[in-house]
This record gives sequence, C-alpha cells and structure tokens, in this order.
Amino acid sequence: MASTAAVPFWRSAGMTYISYSNICANLVRNCLKEPYKSEAINREKVHFSVSKWVDGKPEKPTIRSDSPEE
Amino acid sequence: MFRQVASRILTRPTTTYSAAAAIRRPFSTEVADTTSGDEAFVEAWKKVVPNIDPPKTPSQFMHPRPPTPSTLPTKLTVNFVLPYASELSQKEVDMVIVPATTGQMGILPGHVPTIAELKPGLLSVHEGNDIKKYFISSGFAFIHPNSYADILAVEAVPLDRVDPAQVQKGLNEFTQKLSSATTDSEKAEAQIGVDVHSALNFALTG
Repeated sequence: MASTAAVPFWRSAGMTYISYSNICANLVRNCLKEPYKSEAINREKVHFSVSKWVDGKPEKPTIRSDSPEE
Repeated sequence: MFRQVASRILTRPTTTYSAAAAIRRPFSTEVADTTSGDEAFVEAWKKVVPNIDPPKTPSQFMHPRPPTPSTLPTKLTVNFVLPYASELSQKEVDMVIVPATTGQMGILPGHVPTIAELKPGLLSVHEGNDIKKYFISSGFAFIHPNSYADILAVEAVPLDRVDPAQVQKGLNEFTQKLSSATTDSEKAEAQIGVDVHSALNFALTG
C-alpha cells in the first residue's frame, strides 16, 4: 500500500523540516522594522565549538560563531 | 461495534494522558492527589529512612493535566509560545485562527483534538471584540480534547513590526532567484523565500 501523502517540496529537495523552519524564521526576521530587527538578530546569535575525539585525543575543533573573533 | 465504542468512552478520560495514578483508578476524572508522592518510591524510602519525610519527586511539581470537561466549555484556553518567550499563557479566548498547511483553521472551544503543522501566515486571537494578529514563520498547533490549544511558533511578530518595503524587496529578489535557480536545493530555498514573502505581503495588505 503506497503512502499517498504528498511530500512537501522542500523535503523532496533533500531539506529537513528543521532547516525549512529555520530558513522561514530567518526570512521573517529580516523583514522586521529597525529596533526589532536588531534585537531579533542579536537574540539568535550562536557561538559554539565542536571537536571530535579520536583515540582519546581531540581533533581540530570546528568553531561556529556570529561574533567577530578577537 | 457500538459496544466497543461505549466501553472506550467509559475509559477515555484516563487513558488519553497516562498519569500513573489516573490509570490505577480507572473511573475517576481527577488525577489522584500526588502530595504523598509515587507510592513505590515512598515505600522504599520509608524502609531505608523511616524518620525523614520522602523528598518530592518531579511529578509532584507538575500541575496535573486539566481534565476534559463533560459539557462544552465556553472559552478556549490558549498557550502561545515561542522558543524565547511565552506570548500567551493560559489565556481564555473565544476563537483562534491558525495558518495550517491545509488552510486557515479556526479553533473554537470543543474542537476535535488535532495536531496541525503551520505554514508562514497570520495567526489571529479573537477575544470578545478584540482581535490580535501575529505573523508566524512556521510551527505547530496542538488542540487537546479539554479545549486547550498549544500553539508553538519559531517566530511570531505583530504586523506593525514588519517593514513592507523589505517584504517587497525580498519578494522580488526571491522570485528572480526562483527563475534563475538550477539545483533542487536552490529551487527549494527560492520557493521558500517566495512563499514566506508572499504570505507576509498578503498579511500586510489583507
């Protein structure tokens, strides 16, 4: 019995729901008026560093940051 | 067939939400008094430390699920939350219209329990004569049998915070990207852009 639910266009293009939702949210935030726009963008800033561990040693970390590196 | 339906109705109030205490007393609609704590834990505690009162367990800090009333309630209780703020918390309203992927859905008290995925669009909360409108980027709406509606959105902005010039600019930009897109993922992103900006446009002008 084949599933009849139509797949949303973003899913058939290989995107996950969460990426879709985040893209929509970013687009909406970009359309805000000034004080709200900078508040929203500041609120959503992310800064993290991830490193994989191999044989008990950390490899080079990938750093994701929206703030300029000092 | 009807006998099955009747027996399911009799047990319905308790089996929807599996609070352990409610299952043990199948015909009560109120969740049992949990101030004494989870029984097995309390008994084990008393065997080891009889003189000190058992500590509270996490379930005791939780408010019990509001029961499903037997008559149709007059108001819908809405919890409208965003990841960073709670816009409406337990607010009693007459009706909420949410932008579901299947179209604008009106939620009245006594609505059938539903889980709806939301698309970018207008959410309006109707309370007496006031209507509050928000533009939602995407999210979900859960309608429970006890006339509680939980609306979760990633971004929700009142319409007066949206800049129409930016919306128009974005719409033109993405329409152009859509026509010049080559790969599937570029097309998808451009399509999303067009959808969001046209929904914003429609919300601003409608």
